[in-house]
Amino acid sequence: MNSAISCQNIIKTYSTDGQLVTALNGINIEIGLGELMMLVGPSGCGKTTLISIIAGILNQDSGQCLLFGENFQALTNTQQLRFRAHNIGFVFQAYNLLPALNAIENVSVPLIITGTKRAVAEQKAKEILEQMGLSDRMKALPAQLSGGQQQRVAIARALVHSPRLIVCDEPTSALDHKSGHIIMSLLKSIALQHDRALVIVTHDARIFGFADRIAEMDDGHIIKISTTASAEAN
Amino acid sequence: MNHIALKMLMGDKGKYLGIIMGLTFASLIMTQQPAIFVGLMARTYSFISDVALPDIWVMDSKVQFIDDIKPMQETELYRVRGISGVDWAMPMYKGLLKVRLADGAFQTCNVIGLDDATLIGGPATMLTGTLADLRQSDAVIVDIEGAKDKLSKPSPILGQKNIPLQLGDSLELNDHRGIIVGIAKVTRTFQSQPVIYTTYSRAKTYAPRERRLLSFILVKAKPNQDPYQLIARIKATTGLAAYTQQGFKELTYNYFMKNTGIPINFGITISLGFIIGTAIAGQTFYNFTLENIRQFGVLKAMGASNAQLLKMILLQAVLVGSIGYGLGVGLAALFGFAMRHSIMAFKLPWQLLVFSGVGVGFICIIAALISILKVIRLEPAIVFKN
Ligand SMILES: Nc1ncnc2c1ncn2[C@@H]1O[C@H](COP(=O)(O)OP(=O)(O)OP(=O)(O)O)[C@@H](O)[C@H]1O
Ligand SMILES: [Mg+2]
Repeated sequence: MNSAISCQNIIKTYSTDGQLVTALNGINIEIGLGELMMLVGPSGCGKTTLISIIAGILNQDSGQCLLFGENFQALTNTQQLRFRAHNIGFVFQAYNLLPALNAIENVSVPLIITGTKRAVAEQKAKEILEQMGLSDRMKALPAQLSGGQQQRVAIARALVHSPRLIVCDEPTSALDHKSGHIIMSLLKSIALQHDRALVIVTHDARIFGFADRIAEMDDGHIIKISTTASAEAN
Repeated sequence: MNHIALKMLMGDKGKYLGIIMGLTFASLIMTQQPAIFVGLMARTYSFISDVALPDIWVMDSKVQFIDDIKPMQETELYRVRGISGVDWAMPMYKGLLKVRLADGAFQTCNVIGLDDATLIGGPATMLTGTLADLRQSDAVIVDIEGAKDKLSKPSPILGQKNIPLQLGDSLELNDHRGIIVGIAKVTRTFQSQPVIYTTYSRAKTYAPRERRLLSFILVKAKPNQDPYQLIARIKATTGLAAYTQQGFKELTYNYFMKNTGIPINFGITISLGFIIGTAIAGQTFYNFTLENIRQFGVLKAMGASNAQLLKMILLQAVLVGSIGYGLGVGLAALFGFAMRHSIMAFKLPWQLLVFSGVGVGFICIIAALISILKVIRLEPAIVFKN
């Protein structure tokens, strides 16, 4: 299995009011291409910090993270931005859609950022929204959509530029069981491909079954990585 | 990214209107107040502008502005006439005299005495009668504002409005009679007194007996005579002061600028408009950015560069700035138009539009700058925080 992400001995410390909090204390993790990895663990154990570093929006204090073989932290600022813009898709617990933009416009944002023409970007956005089963809600503003629909728009946005890594922080915790299930099915069937990796932080035990592997964290460490039954069945 | 920036801006209608209102207010203050100022300052020399014919004004060397009368001896007129390069030179009397009205009340008036033969320096616009009518005995011409207001006659019916002075009505100046032969329209000056035109010799009879009564000598240079050389000759020969029309306007204008509180007062108002405008617009714009900070964070996480976000914020600032400026200047112009017949001074030259435009531009740049700094410092990792 080729490695999508390979992190060695990641340490990250926050300081607030002179108080040091070690959020990550020597993390080692490998995530393969075509793999759906879940990060689980108690609140405050460092899950969000870890995916922020993996997604390149936070710098670690020490240790090295290779993203698709690229030492991300060694890149210049501009290279980091370009790398993120082309390779990473984000899904958030609170959806984080731009409230003034309709579904199509929201989904086309990652393409606009990389300089794609608006008409081309919106065409692409439409296609992916159709895959997400939102053909009839394309012109709706986020406020006019249900939580599950907003999250589907957010997933479409995370996929529209065909990134190689998709990171999701608690994608289902704001949703009811049925919507959460739909979201996970879509992520697994459409987002996950052989040349892509998915990292999902979650508390939601109802969706553990969708994972290939689950990394359990506690207090800045990964204490256990287990392969799930579904992965073994494959 | 532009359409995203614009949709973001207009997405929150309340904030959007708030920013625009702040900028409109600032543009209004920064246009309307200076326009009043420019209008007022133009009034200081409007009498000089109205006396269009002469090239050169000659006066006592201590005169500081148009209403600062320091009379000369009449012999100066003949000395000036004798200087080479002078085509003609005419006397002018200008002074404040008490006028007794029909009801016995006194009113101070600005009396202008014009050369008896040529009547040079007379009002540009006659509403009734002609300037030549001044040659009739005891003839005076009054300005329309004075005729309607301060010189008007009480109505014979009690409680009715005063009746404006009309042709044939008479006034009493220093025990001499003046009969109205014309009504003129004069440009408003800094002085609010009524203006009365008469001939130079009659003005001398109206004025208190004094040795010197000649206020100004109005000089026309011969064709091809350089006015500045002529001015130098007049000064050298007579020891008097001499200015071109423009030079005398500037002398008067500068006197008011230096010696009155007008520029300071307006300066304070305009600065306050600028500061308050900056505060309101800057504050609302900054608030708007803060409220959307998460959206900027999401864009940053997705790989948008600081340059892209900066362009978005600048575009937003330029848009609200232009709309606010347009509305503010429009309101200021409307104000000027509404006040065009009133006593209000108002002048809106294009330079003033540039001035307020630059002012509003500055406000927008300052407002955008603090927002931009915030966005540049923004850590994209905030997007995972709830
Ligand atoms: N920006 C920050 N500044 C200071 N401390 C922080 C910051 N972000 C996180 N921390 C601290 O680092 C530790 C790990 O936080 P993190 O958000 O990664 O936990 P988490 O596992 O995602 O928790 P949760 O399940 O509640 O989201 C916590 O103790 C937290 O208080
Ligand atoms: Mg978290």
